[in-house]
Amino acid sequence: MEETKFTPQTWPNHAEQATAEGKNKFVGIWIFICSDIVLFASVFATYLSLRNKGPAGMEFTTQSLFELPLAFVMTMLLLTSSLTSVYAMYHMKNYNIKGVITWMAITVLLGLGFLGLEIYEFYHYVHIGFGYTQSAFSSAFFTLVGTHGLHVIIGLVWITCLIVRNAKRGLNLYNAPKFYAASIYWHFIDVVWVFIFTVVYLMGVLG
Amino acid sequence: MGHHTEVQAKTKAQYEYDRHHNAVHMKKQVVNFAIMIFLTFLAFAVVVADFSPYLIKPFILLLAGIQVVLQLYSFMHMDDKNGHHIGVISTYVWSGAMIIFPVFLAFVTVVWW
Amino acid sequence: MSSVAVSKKKGFGAVLWDYLTTVDHKKLGVMYLFAGVLFFAIAGFEALLMRIQLMVPNNDFISAGLFNELLTMHGTTMLFLAATPLLFGFMNAIVPLQIGARDVAFPFLNSLGFWLFFLGAIFMHLSFFMGGAPDAGWTSYASLSLYSPGHGIDFYVLGLQISGAGTLISGINFIVTIITMRAPGMTFMRMPLFTWTTLISSSLILFAFPPLTVGLFFMLVDRMFGANFFDHTMGGNTIIWEHLFWIFGHPEVYILVLPAFGLFSEIIPVFARKRLFGYSSMVFATILIGFLGFMVWAHHMFTVGMGPTANAIFAIATMAIAVPTGMKVFNWILTIWGGSIKVTVPMLYALGFIPSFVAGGVTGVMMATAPLDYQLHDSYFIVAHFHYVIVGGIVTAIFGSMHYYWPIMFNRTLSEKLGVLTFWVFFIGFHLTFFLQHFLGLMGMPRRVFTFQADQGWDLFNYISSIGAIMMAVGVVLLVINVLLSIKTPPVNRRDYWGDGRSLEWSIQLPVPFYNFKQTPLVRGFDPCWLEKQEGNKEMMTYAEPLGDIHMPNNSILPLIMSIGLFIAAFGALYHPDGVSWSVPVIVIGLGITVLAMITRSVKDDHGFHVHVEEVIATEERLYGKGGNK
Repeated sequence: MEETKFTPQTWPNHAEQATAEGKNKFVGIWIFICSDIVLFASVFATYLSLRNKGPAGMEFTTQSLFELPLAFVMTMLLLTSSLTSVYAMYHMKNYNIKGVITWMAITVLLGLGFLGLEIYEFYHYVHIGFGYTQSAFSSAFFTLVGTHGLHVIIGLVWITCLIVRNAKRGLNLYNAPKFYAASIYWHFIDVVWVFIFTVVYLMGVLG
Repeated sequence: MGHHTEVQAKTKAQYEYDRHHNAVHMKKQVVNFAIMIFLTFLAFAVVVADFSPYLIKPFILLLAGIQVVLQLYSFMHMDDKNGHHIGVISTYVWSGAMIIFPVFLAFVTVVWW
Repeated sequence: MSSVAVSKKKGFGAVLWDYLTTVDHKKLGVMYLFAGVLFFAIAGFEALLMRIQLMVPNNDFISAGLFNELLTMHGTTMLFLAATPLLFGFMNAIVPLQIGARDVAFPFLNSLGFWLFFLGAIFMHLSFFMGGAPDAGWTSYASLSLYSPGHGIDFYVLGLQISGAGTLISGINFIVTIITMRAPGMTFMRMPLFTWTTLISSSLILFAFPPLTVGLFFMLVDRMFGANFFDHTMGGNTIIWEHLFWIFGHPEVYILVLPAFGLFSEIIPVFARKRLFGYSSMVFATILIGFLGFMVWAHHMFTVGMGPTANAIFAIATMAIAVPTGMKVFNWILTIWGGSIKVTVPMLYALGFIPSFVAGGVTGVMMATAPLDYQLHDSYFIVAHFHYVIVGGIVTAIFGSMHYYWPIMFNRTLSEKLGVLTFWVFFIGFHLTFFLQHFLGLMGMPRRVFTFQADQGWDLFNYISSIGAIMMAVGVVLLVINVLLSIKTPPVNRRDYWGDGRSLEWSIQLPVPFYNFKQTPLVRGFDPCWLEKQEGNKEMMTYAEPLGDIHMPNNSILPLIMSIGLFIAAFGALYHPDGVSWSVPVIVIGLGITVLAMITRSVKDDHGFHVHVEEVIATEERLYGKGGNK
């Protein structure tokens, strides 16, 4: 089926919600996020009750383990990637596919940077003996931060697929909702991270 | 249902108005981003500054709350009245937030040994 | 890939391929229904074996270990793999028709949800042939299940993880469908009660299944990958499983019972031939039950030792749920009151449902009283209570609705005479089985025991209870016979089978064409079918658009492939703790299949197809004869 070709003048204001499928995707990604809120809440709640719990004589605690500079850099990377995806959506409104692709690519790069630091952090912890099976605390920590990391990976694969698929063919009412949904999902990853850096790292350092 | 939406060319005035509107909106987003960066910085700063944990903990939780609301309503466009069924969506989001509250309460109070 | 609406008789392979790839909500509804009946029969058979074992004291019909496996699989299967899909079957088949939609919001996800559920269910049942079924109860408390030898619990965890993902996906799909796909004029406060309860119950799925996913994941990594969430020697806490399980488990009860309420709210006004009494209070009560359902989970854990404050809060919150539920019961009674009642089979089930369910509700309030719960906990009283709720509430709704909606789903009818017989056999059997179990519980008989001694005074009641169970089994067999006989009945081929239909689905000429509505209907008020009939409209429907091209989704095999990928990966995870060398590769291959299928879905455009006006007219003529749908 051929797609309608648009120009900046004919591109609708809410292109992501111009078709019935677009409306469904818009509502659908939000409803999915609602269930993800409860998923993360369950892992968070478990982490809170297992924080610093381990076998007798466990040497690792949140205070001895976490380093704020690393958490700060990761936070800045992810927060900035949230802004860059807003830029991508701004260019989508103006029917500028180049802008969309460029800013989405920057988002992916920032996300990769975040992911690299997280892998480094995990590797470091495992290296000093704080492995996944070391204690209840370690299991809960890796599961919580790892679940977020998994969401980041899924987001990166998703956005990369969108970039590869749509870089050549430009924007239309079929792929606009896809870009929009991916960006909403990416913001949600950032929302979760806000709680992770506050509750896990900052409150962890406080003890 | 269908893909054959009416293609309507905007008038020049409408087009320029929309472009301008988008640009102004983007500027607002950048300001929101600056506020988020500031809140993050503040949260890290008070922890590093080593105030009493009883002061810091509620404070940084509050900052996190503000930041999340900013994300939801500006970056994720929950403030956009034109969003399809955005009222229903808000209801779901806040219902989710309400449902997890007793979960946290239970896990920090009645799971104890 | 596009499906073609041609009338030619298809070969077996083509039909099979059609069902494997279908995204049509009506076909998926039928598939859910039959899958649900299959697992209902399996779980019912397990219950029958248990009742035979408990018929006489010191029985050695089955061993203690097998009894544990049977009780676990009975509970798990009935809740997750029988009741849920049976209700999903009705939701799929009926809700889009009730709101005037041509399909659900995400037909692809609808199919994915079904296949995930089905393969997860198959995976769990393979345990019987692969070294033993799960044996720690449907609640699978961590302190017991972590130390259960063999792979039974692993089958439980992985199977539920897969089928739970399917349920969650279907839940999201229903929510979005009801929010966005309603026909013009179908405002929220004109939606039929079944659509409302589907919406609320899907919302409960949305919020309740993630905690289950998380709990199952903890159990999975604890048992298979050496994590320590529930191991107290490593700082873990077994109570966390109980909380996560019941944060899911209590809403699960409402996930199942709310659609049942909705089905009865459809049946009762039609056969009382009166408008549903207190529609808006019914809606409000549904929402309130859904909301309160999340605030009461710890009433399953009164004896854990959470302390008097927590127990008191959860006790009061639990009792509060009786209020909206009571509102509903009174509304049903007041709908019947003064109506011109036709006692058909669906109505018979509705009339049987009200007292049975109220009995189950009242014992629920008894157990909500925390001090009394210390006496009743883990006794046969609780077994009697939840079977009164589930059989008296949900199973009656499913059986009644099968009779009620059979014409729409299959264009055939179930026999009324056989239906009445089925009802009485099943209903009497049900009360015989479970009524006396209240007293067995009060006499001190604990649940989940495989036998008892002769001198404990439990002999007679257990014997009668087992007789009742056999009667229930006979009732189910009669229902299956009724279903088989319905194949031979003449097709219905008309509108409004019951003659007093009120909501939109009865306005549709049977058989329902694959696009449901040739023109989108315009809903001009509550109970649109009844409204149009009152105004003498022979078509029972006002249209919101002229006859035009209809856009429909494409079929796809990808949902099945994605589900098979997870199915394969689950085997890798299952055998991982055995230290076999192929476990990790199998996990990677399985997940790889799923991810590749997802990427294929993402990058391959799927625009659906258009049914052109001429095709619509031709289809209508083929279905309804010359002149089409007039």
